[in-house]
Amino acid sequence: MPEQDSKNRAFAEVRVGPDLFHLLCWVASAAAVATLGLIVYEIISGAWPAIQKFGFGFLASSSWVPNRADFGVFPFIIGTAVSSLIAILLAFPLGLAIAVFLSENFLPLPVRQVVRFVVEMLAAIPSVVYGLWGIFVVIPIIKLFGTWAVSVFCNTWTTPGIDGAPDTHRGIPVLETLFAPPAYGNSMLTASIVLALMILPTLTAISRNSLTAVPKTLREGAYALGATRWEAILGVILPTAAPGVVAATILALGRAMGETMAVAMLIGNSSRLSWSLLSPGGTLAGLLANQFAEAEGMQVNSLMFAALILVAITLFVNLIGEAVLRHTQHQTAGIR
Amino acid sequence: MDNIVTHAPDFFHDTRAESTKAVARSLWNRVLSSVCVGLSLLSLVPLVSIIYLVIYHGFPLLGWDIFTQLPPAAGMGGGGFGNAVLGTLVMVGLGLLLSAPVGILSAIYISEYGPASRLAQAVRLVAKLLTGIPSIICGIFAFALVVATVGSFSAYAGGVALGVLMLPTILLTSEQALMGVQSAYREASYGLGATKFQTIVRIVLPDALPAIMTGIMLAVARAAGETAPLIFTSLFSWFWPKSLAEPTASLSVLVYNFSIGTDSHQIQLAWTASLVLVAFVTLANIAAQLAFSKKY
Repeated sequence: MPEQDSKNRAFAEVRVGPDLFHLLCWVASAAAVATLGLIVYEIISGAWPAIQKFGFGFLASSSWVPNRADFGVFPFIIGTAVSSLIAILLAFPLGLAIAVFLSENFLPLPVRQVVRFVVEMLAAIPSVVYGLWGIFVVIPIIKLFGTWAVSVFCNTWTTPGIDGAPDTHRGIPVLETLFAPPAYGNSMLTASIVLALMILPTLTAISRNSLTAVPKTLREGAYALGATRWEAILGVILPTAAPGVVAATILALGRAMGETMAVAMLIGNSSRLSWSLLSPGGTLAGLLANQFAEAEGMQVNSLMFAALILVAITLFVNLIGEAVLRHTQHQTAGIR
Repeated sequence: MDNIVTHAPDFFHDTRAESTKAVARSLWNRVLSSVCVGLSLLSLVPLVSIIYLVIYHGFPLLGWDIFTQLPPAAGMGGGGFGNAVLGTLVMVGLGLLLSAPVGILSAIYISEYGPASRLAQAVRLVAKLLTGIPSIICGIFAFALVVATVGSFSAYAGGVALGVLMLPTILLTSEQALMGVQSAYREASYGLGATKFQTIVRIVLPDALPAIMTGIMLAVARAAGETAPLIFTSLFSWFWPKSLAEPTASLSVLVYNFSIGTDSHQIQLAWTASLVLVAFVTLANIAAQLAFSKKY
């Protein structure tokens, strides 16, 4: 039966298709997984000479002198931590306020949609554009603010003492250190403010999701007990959504730590540590952006080492954030 | 009735205190609401400022010359950044060529073939982790993989960097898109005697296509604006690209190079390039939303 045979063969050929396609999809999946492995491998092998030469001392050393092939990233690790923590401190109240604003009905829906669209736009603006804007808007403002802050917090002034002799005051204790002169425009403070803006969309989107995931019945229960709107928000809704807000904050922190261009353009890229927020600083990502293209020899290896540290820190922070987020989703699923 | 009203103060002897407390509570409520609305509107100020300044400084130079001319050296007038626009398009295209097949095919694997398999779990974890790694790491990776081995900065290296950057976005949104296809469609297809391959290609993929396109447009929008993966992979060039194997200009690197310089005309061009970049990214985002809303 030749006809039946050819039919069988055609059928068999159709059957071969899915196996090949299955294989193709499997290969693509394996390639996707291999990408992360390859990234880690390439960075470790690039960093190896520096790892062997400097070891853990690399993390604690504060010198970055390419001429003498003497490298250490302590100031940059501190800079990464400080700039992203200040950014979180600035962005957290704003992000939480927007998230509450978007999930409540203070203003009519169209207004809220506009606000939501605008915040999402913030996420779409490229990092260099933030940098350019920061150079021409934030830096002048910080220069003015810095001069003012120095004159108010750090100057010595005298008041008539009880016994008639003038008492001399030496500035305001903590602020005097944080806002010590000279006041530069390219500073830790400038970079942190722009970073805060850049992480605002992340913070808002995830917080808003966890706020809207709070079951309606909880809110209605609070109202039924006579709670005002804010008593319901502060006493019931926010505590229920808290783990989600924490996850949002951690993930935003991860973003802030890896953010490169805007920081590189605004922070001043100095490896000198200073307590003053008005002084230039540096971050790991900014260091890479600034030096990689022109680096040679051991400097490339050291930059790779710095990149490895950056990957380790951001992966760690993001893993914690994801874990908290997943835990939250399980919990709210339970309430519902 | 009268009795109750007249005797009410005796029953609720602290009415006044109660009502003061109620007033305080409602006042506190109002204060917090105003603070919340105020902070929300306050955070719109920087964005409005960015958009306004990009248009204000960028618009005057906008014209056809911008797209057809080469960047001017410091101190020169005129010129444009045609090579940078072309470079950005080429490298984003290269990145898409690398990441879209891998992303979509692995999404098919993890949603259709083995959703619970160990490989699928690994793919999901890796995609999440890749979303979290800083974009500059993609640049370092492409540098080590391409630039260090070939020995020169190139558009290829930039494309690889952008491809790695786009992969997780495309993969995760495609997975969501495929999961959104109703299982009744698949069952109906099998019921009519279709093979798994036929079901995926003829039924599942066409239905998920708008949402997959959304993911692709989002990835394109993000990649087009990225500078960090390109500054030491494709570097920069003052000329039209002749091949993919040589340093190539891009809009974002042009903005970076010109804005940290001191030449006022170049800074003006940086604003114009920012305007073009923001417009492109916004359009890509809107296109993504439209592609998505066509289905739902």
